[in-house]
Amino acid sequence: MAEISPMRTDRPALHRRLGLRLAALRRGDLWHSFRSHPSAIFAACLLALVALSALLAPLITPQDPYDLAALELWNAEIPPIWTPQGQAPYLLGTDTQGRDILSAILYGSRISLVIGFASVLVALAVGLTLGLIAGYFGGWIDNVIMRVGDVLLSMPFILIAILISAMASAALPTGLKEVLAAPILIVAIAVPSWVQYARTIRASAMVERKKEYVQAARLIRVKAWRIMLHHILPNCLTPIMVAATLNFGLAILSEATLSFLGVGMPPDQPSLGTLIRVGNQYLFSGLWWIVVFPAIQLCLIVLSVNMIGDWLRDALNPKLR
Amino acid sequence: MTFRKILLASAALTALSGMAQAETVLKWGANRDIGSLDPYSYGDSFTINVLNHVYEGLVRYNADLKIEPALAASWEILEDKVTWRFHLREGVTFHNGNPFTAEDVVASLERVSDETSPLKGNLPAYVSSAVVDPMTVDITLNGTYPLLLNDLTNIHIFDREWMVEHDSLLPTDIGSGTEGYATYNANGTGPFSVESRQPDAKTVFVVNPDWWDVPQHNIDRIELTPVTSAATRVAALLSGEINFTNDAPVQDLPRLEASPDVNVLEGVDLRTVMIGFPFRDTLASGEPNPFKERAAREALYRAIDLDLIQQKVMRGKSRTAGATVAPPIPGYSEDLDTVPGADPEAAKALLAEAGVPEGLEFEFNCLSDGLVNEEQFCQAIAAMWSRIGLSPKLDVAPRAVQTPKRTQGKTDVYTLGWATLPMLDAYSPLLQIFHSKVGNSGVFNWGGWSYPELDALIDAAGSELDTETRLDLENQALRMVKDEIIMIPLHQQPMAWAVTGEVTEMPLFPDNKPRLWYAQVAE
Amino acid sequence: MLAFLIKRTANAVFVMLAVALLAFVIFRFFGDPVEMMVNEQATQADRAELRERLGLNDSFATQYLRFVTNAVQGDFGISYRNQQDVMVLIGDRFPATFELVLVATAISLVVGIPLGVITAVHRNSRLANLLQLGSIVGVSLPSFVVGIMLILAFSVSLGWLPAFGRGETVDIGWWSTGLLTPSGRQALVLPAISLSTFQITLVMRLVRAEMLEVLRSDYVKFARARGVPAPRLHWVHALRNCLMPVITLTGMQIGNLIAFALVTETVFQWPGMGLLFIQAVTFVDIPVMAAYLMLVSFIFVLLNTLVDIAYAWVDPRLRDDTAKAGGANG
Repeated sequence: MAEISPMRTDRPALHRRLGLRLAALRRGDLWHSFRSHPSAIFAACLLALVALSALLAPLITPQDPYDLAALELWNAEIPPIWTPQGQAPYLLGTDTQGRDILSAILYGSRISLVIGFASVLVALAVGLTLGLIAGYFGGWIDNVIMRVGDVLLSMPFILIAILISAMASAALPTGLKEVLAAPILIVAIAVPSWVQYARTIRASAMVERKKEYVQAARLIRVKAWRIMLHHILPNCLTPIMVAATLNFGLAILSEATLSFLGVGMPPDQPSLGTLIRVGNQYLFSGLWWIVVFPAIQLCLIVLSVNMIGDWLRDALNPKLR
Repeated sequence: MTFRKILLASAALTALSGMAQAETVLKWGANRDIGSLDPYSYGDSFTINVLNHVYEGLVRYNADLKIEPALAASWEILEDKVTWRFHLREGVTFHNGNPFTAEDVVASLERVSDETSPLKGNLPAYVSSAVVDPMTVDITLNGTYPLLLNDLTNIHIFDREWMVEHDSLLPTDIGSGTEGYATYNANGTGPFSVESRQPDAKTVFVVNPDWWDVPQHNIDRIELTPVTSAATRVAALLSGEINFTNDAPVQDLPRLEASPDVNVLEGVDLRTVMIGFPFRDTLASGEPNPFKERAAREALYRAIDLDLIQQKVMRGKSRTAGATVAPPIPGYSEDLDTVPGADPEAAKALLAEAGVPEGLEFEFNCLSDGLVNEEQFCQAIAAMWSRIGLSPKLDVAPRAVQTPKRTQGKTDVYTLGWATLPMLDAYSPLLQIFHSKVGNSGVFNWGGWSYPELDALIDAAGSELDTETRLDLENQALRMVKDEIIMIPLHQQPMAWAVTGEVTEMPLFPDNKPRLWYAQVAE
Repeated sequence: MLAFLIKRTANAVFVMLAVALLAFVIFRFFGDPVEMMVNEQATQADRAELRERLGLNDSFATQYLRFVTNAVQGDFGISYRNQQDVMVLIGDRFPATFELVLVATAISLVVGIPLGVITAVHRNSRLANLLQLGSIVGVSLPSFVVGIMLILAFSVSLGWLPAFGRGETVDIGWWSTGLLTPSGRQALVLPAISLSTFQITLVMRLVRAEMLEVLRSDYVKFARARGVPAPRLHWVHALRNCLMPVITLTGMQIGNLIAFALVTETVFQWPGMGLLFIQAVTFVDIPVMAAYLMLVSFIFVLLNTLVDIAYAWVDPRLRDDTAKAGGANG
């Protein structure tokens, strides 16, 4: 931890402490703003509830919807429990294979949330790293990274995601395709979305790079990028936090869209989008519960994420208020 | 012939009564599009069926599915027993006005039997053809063969002059990097001609006023629109955007029947749905293939609860099958149509006997655009196999994606539906599916099995001109297929068409093929 | 200005070459073209001959160059599935998608702008809060769910509007339009609404943000002091100052809408380019996929470049490099 020692004494350390205090202040503000926004509280509670139930799905659901041997065709197409033909334990009824809808929704939400979250994390990690590299080194490295970004931004988001997902599943053999379905989707959604983070952090890094302490650190061959990180991150935390939250909602929507179009999760590991795609075939046959409940759950998840993101943006950016 | 004349006269009357009225349009919402306007470049029975409205064969099936003369007026077998002489119908013209002659027949037969034609298997006995005079053609076969007429119902006749003019004497070769003219243009002799085509969107056919036959239909215009989503198809029918579909989803039949303006036509298809096994040494995963053992195949058979599938997945509309051909098909016999019954415990014992490892993984290849409710019954069967301790990997994708895997043996267990068309004889599955893969035989023998004894029976049936002896041979062969469990028969699938009140006459055929030249549309 | 023009055009050309590289890689390396073209019975010799004929044995650079040369001339080869010229296939479908996107854009402006003005002018009123909430709901509803619900309500339950297809079309030259027939217009309603929901909220939020800014400006304060009546002040003076960014956004969003239309087209079986593309994806019809990718990217890049140039023309300060990056992708 030799790199840390210079920070104790000189200006960067001061900056850092200042930054921390600023963040703490902001946090206080945030908390206050949060408490005075009923919609944000509502959304956070809803999201927490969904996330918790999805996390605990194996413990609280009556059935593992992915275990083929657990599906019993005799129990197919049971309507929700409050209707005359309803049956315990199938609260929201069963689908055409005897799969419990509630279990499928909770497991499906888990997939949707995990893919959404993971793709944002991957995009963040890639975007931050490449943005920092581009901003710090400049020159041809910067050029290459930013040009790649330009190219990605010159193709519609959804198109890139579909292409990556479709090409990956066309290239992989049957066994591997199912196993890798979720990672493929994560990459497919992350690839077109890292550029945004990279641009933000690059702009910030370019400003910091010209500052004296970086030049000095370079002279004494200290790993300046570590120091920079401590300065740059707090500066772009706000826009990145807002963008990441809103992108989380977008990622969940994208996953659902891809699965709905048939290039996402396969029917034996259904995400919410897959459930809606399959249920859509039964729209007119009276089996409304197969499509309606997953659709409601999907809308609720995205809505709560977007409400939080929206509130966050307004709270952190007084100009928009 | 007198009977026929009466029939024609009455049909003419019907046609006249419809004439004074406004244009009649049959708006056909199909579950998929035709692949091409060229029946010889795209081996697919739905495409051929639709294009039969534009192109015709030398003979055709009538309303009772009996063979009757079409472009050929009469025929005889010459003394050598392998040459058939066809006398062509006089006064027939193509849509472009060209007269129909013997040259057209020869050019068409050469085109369909060309090395690059995906349809060459549909004319298995063909060797050559020759013009005798402008209205007579000889077709030479590779031996005595009883089913040539059945085959010819599906061989559409093109205009030679038109093919020469547009450089289309051979089937389209997409490898050449050019479009085939016949892919998006058509010129037949049939009751309808193509007005316009937009692939996957809309194909419009208009009535051919110069058709040689007296029309029994009153349709001026057919608009074929592919509506792949079952729910959308139902919505379109309920709202009257289409007035006919040849694929009404079984789960939506109650809803359609409840609608006052929709009529549902139901029946049981001739198509027998089966599950096939791999007979290669290894599975697609590289593991040893246990399905070479009869006991392993029987285990999979006994694990399937056919009644449950019939009730739940097929909604009671299918007919559970024990034989690999449907009852109306010549060659069928009742004593072959028995089902062993589901018994998971017996299945497990059989697996142990065959030495199948616990949790064996194998691919189960199904089509997303294939048979009725295929995705659902495949899922249900996969679940049933899981319950006897196997791990089937369900692989569901469109036909175009799955067919190469199936033909190249890159998958394991697969589904197959066989309607014995256009032959309507048990010889069809015996030759195309169950025979070893040699020459034009065993084209659909995707598992790669070979039973010399079975081949001998099939070959004998194929050159036997006496119907009774032939059917007896076929029956023996089918018994062997059943005893060996080469394939598991599941059911004859239901067929359901639906029309709105606008369509006053729509005969449902057991081969599930719309023949709109027998249909009537009001106003 | 000329330097900027050249620079911006060069940038666009570079981006298109990179997209072409991507399309080429997809075309060449996913799904062997030879396997897709030959039928089952083809021998090894047939395959080798076809491989040679298609130039698949040439070097990567040669093949890429040929791909780009052909692409510039609109030649993307033959669809594996339909066996037809890809550009003809896509060209046939372009009018359907374009009309859908155009009408959706019009709806988003007609609905989005007034909503934006109202939420800005009556900030913190109950109506404005409700509309704000509505706009979050609007971006949160997946467009395929909106489509399914619209079909359920207006086609199946009420039977007012068609659920699929384009209705009757009229050909004007090579362009087939559905706007001139009653059934064509009816068929357009549900898909256009479904496609525009997201766009409405986008326009509404942008107008609101811009309006808030403008309302704070001295110019508006001055006008208010001078006694310009409030409605006129808001709907004429202030709104006029917000329109430029709205038009810019709308222009640039057209590319996105064309891509996003593929979801709407799938739900409504709308015979546009997007449906063609989705079918090509399920059937691994690579030439169609490659051509669609190139075309949509081209429209996207073209619109962005035009907007940039227009901006630079209006405001010379934007001609330096850093501002450009922000403007291009705002």
